[in-house]
Amino acid sequence: MRRIGIDVGGTNTDAVLVDDSGVVVAVKTPTTEDVTTGILTALAELLSRLGAVAGPVDAVVVGTTHFTDAVVQRRDLEPVAALRIGLPSGRSLPPFVDWPEDLAAIARGAVFMVQGGHEVDGRPLAPFDERATREAAERIRDLGFGAVAVSAVFSPLTPECEERAAAILGDVIPGILVTCSHELGRIGLLGRENAALLNAALVPLARRTVRAFVAALRESGIQAPLYLTQNDGTVMRAEFAEAFPVWSFSSGFANSMRGAAYISGLADAMVVNVGGTTTDVGHLKAGFPREAARAVEVGGVRTLFRMPDLLSMGLGGGSIVDPEHRTVGPLSVGYRLTEEARVFGGSTLTATDLAVALGLADIGDRSRVANLNDKMVGAAFLRCAILIEEGVDRMKMDALPIPLLAVGGGAFLVPPELFGISEVIHVEHADVANAVGAAIAQVSGEVDQVFSGVGRERALQEAEGIARKRAVEAGASAATLTLVEAEDIPLPYLPGDALRVRVRVVGEASPITSSRDANT
Amino acid sequence: MPLATGAWILGAGGGGDPYQALLNMQTLYRAGRVVHLVDPLDLGDDAQVAVVSTMGAPLVGEERLTDPAVAALAVRQMEEHLGRAFDAVMALEIGGSNAFQPLMVAAEMGIPVVDADTMGRAYPEAQHSSFAIADLRPYPLTLADVRGNAVVVSHVASWKWMERISRKVCAEVGSIAATVKAPRTGREVKDWGILHTVTQAIELGQTVLDARYRKADPVVAVVKHSGGKYLFCGKVVDVARRATEGYLRGTARIDGRDAHHRGTFRVDFQNNFTVGWLDGHVRVTVPDIICVMDALTGEAIGTEALRYGQRVCVVALPAPALQTTPRGLEHVGPRAFGYDLDFRSVFAEESA
Repeated sequence: MRRIGIDVGGTNTDAVLVDDSGVVVAVKTPTTEDVTTGILTALAELLSRLGAVAGPVDAVVVGTTHFTDAVVQRRDLEPVAALRIGLPSGRSLPPFVDWPEDLAAIARGAVFMVQGGHEVDGRPLAPFDERATREAAERIRDLGFGAVAVSAVFSPLTPECEERAAAILGDVIPGILVTCSHELGRIGLLGRENAALLNAALVPLARRTVRAFVAALRESGIQAPLYLTQNDGTVMRAEFAEAFPVWSFSSGFANSMRGAAYISGLADAMVVNVGGTTTDVGHLKAGFPREAARAVEVGGVRTLFRMPDLLSMGLGGGSIVDPEHRTVGPLSVGYRLTEEARVFGGSTLTATDLAVALGLADIGDRSRVANLNDKMVGAAFLRCAILIEEGVDRMKMDALPIPLLAVGGGAFLVPPELFGISEVIHVEHADVANAVGAAIAQVSGEVDQVFSGVGRERALQEAEGIARKRAVEAGASAATLTLVEAEDIPLPYLPGDALRVRVRVVGEASPITSSRDANT
Repeated sequence: MPLATGAWILGAGGGGDPYQALLNMQTLYRAGRVVHLVDPLDLGDDAQVAVVSTMGAPLVGEERLTDPAVAALAVRQMEEHLGRAFDAVMALEIGGSNAFQPLMVAAEMGIPVVDADTMGRAYPEAQHSSFAIADLRPYPLTLADVRGNAVVVSHVASWKWMERISRKVCAEVGSIAATVKAPRTGREVKDWGILHTVTQAIELGQTVLDARYRKADPVVAVVKHSGGKYLFCGKVVDVARRATEGYLRGTARIDGRDAHHRGTFRVDFQNNFTVGWLDGHVRVTVPDIICVMDALTGEAIGTEALRYGQRVCVVALPAPALQTTPRGLEHVGPRAFGYDLDFRSVFAEESA
């Protein structure tokens, strides 16, 4: 294995080369406005550092917050058409109903609701109205929208209506970009539909961005297939990423968890990533981030699809200390840390200054914090420790002790001993853990479906079959697939011993498929 | 908004998330619809009151979205069956999403909402209602689905039979339906309803929101406002669940913190919280209203959302008087939920 991982963050673009021996070389460069220039610079620096030993590379994997940022900052989103199949149900709560007004004003192009959808047991809710769907498609064509999100009642169980609608849309508007909700989400129509709508609004941006990445890679002279990371800690082929940008939401944190796992050699641990402004806590289970069971808000939109379970707290290296009340954060000096913190000659007392005063970090000029009140420093630092300890404990699944991996630029705030933690491990290359996680990421296939009346064994078997198929479609080599997660939950108030089954398989990227893609 | 927060607290762990109902009401208000609340004591003795609820599997409700028009349809079908119109509408249960059912009907039909319900909280089945405790007639019932299918159950032998038959019909139409229970007169509501619970839920929600705004402890504010009792505070350390016969049953263990740091609390649930144990001794049982709330935000936590690591407070709110009578206890006391325990109110022990 010889792969390059690139993490495009808000401030820095990091690049690493990883081979079977571990991290070979790591570089940090500033992120640029157009993203691709930063990537080119990082790649050029990486190659120059490698010099004569550059050699061939198997894959280049990019992790980016670009699409999340677009939603949060309300930029580069396209207006889309929503087509929901489910009448006569759901009439009173149309698509976009629970979106923040400012975001809906940008993304809500047109809304269509037609008759159809299914029941929980697979019977039709009402006959699918093909004519109304065709009429909606013609309107969408006439109005000139480039992307459509299609949702249908109980489509995760019976995708038929969404598939038929997508075929009609493709027939009426050749080349139209269609996101079907069943390809993304779980049971919970509004949240799944929201994920599909966000995806459709991002697809044009995703196309441009991913194609620019491919061009940048070609320009750098590296011949290797391009992948993007997604939020379960695995990768997707570039063309898949163009169609499903929402899978990149929260992928940065997933990458840092995977990177921490790889560097430390641990598969089951809590992970804390202390940045400049926020601290994220997650749970690494069998080498992958634990998924959130409930709806997750993205830019104020309540979505229900696969996201890592993540707790964010307003604490970081740049957090501002209130010496009088001995509190820390949530306000932070952010990226101005190197100007405003005391140890850098500034006038603001930050969490970093506390750590330097206590000798836990060697950053800037220690003499500038020499005359701080010891008691205040101790009390305020204890506050940080308690916040982290509580956050980590909240994210644990049970009371058993478990190791904690500390990563991120502010990892020195993590106390050496915490309640419920067997040991605190400060990970090497912690500042580029995201890029390392990107470099080593594998390909996955996932299923989250309700099965009725087939029994537990068959339900699990069928689910694994679908997951394997999806993984291969996403670019995995079938021979390397392994099952990493399988759970079944009985559902109350439903006939036929209904079971919700979640299965995930993971494998290595298939070299044959991917090299062909790289040439297209 | 305060009603959603308050109703969720009175749900005592069950009753379903009011999210969609709240969205519906926001849409209706924006469209200029208004809802009037009437004091049950102002009802004429022969006023006709519809008792409404949504019935079915919460999972199905996540896909077949709550629609005020369907809620109103069941009421119109009952009117057609009876051959007379309703003067007002009230909730079967004030706990959880069903608190909004009469509001949606009222906004659709232009009739007022009675400030009352039949449980003072949420319970799993209709035989737990105050009208069942009063042994009032359990029929007729109408059940409507979104396609316009409607069923009238004109006669049943008992409240339990009504529950069994209506659940079967509900499953056939896709496991979610709007229902109207047996119609009530103003006299019956005044005599046997749990009165002023809509106001109570709104005030409870307002108390939480105010406390959050003032950065005060919302749980303490709730206890103070409603004459409740602060039972325990700690961290959830274990949750065991199993789904059986339409119930989500289970138990959660909470290790104490702060003032309670030496103790362990256990709370059992069957859709709703049923019995709480402090260090192995019974501390509180139904019909006292057992609420588990987020220690920081005061947001109620449903039985399905309990998980390891949550910081929670356990609070008891006083049960409606009717539920603590011998007849009431037969329907909603600990024995009605399978516990061989006598009911001793946590509030009674205080005055003793």
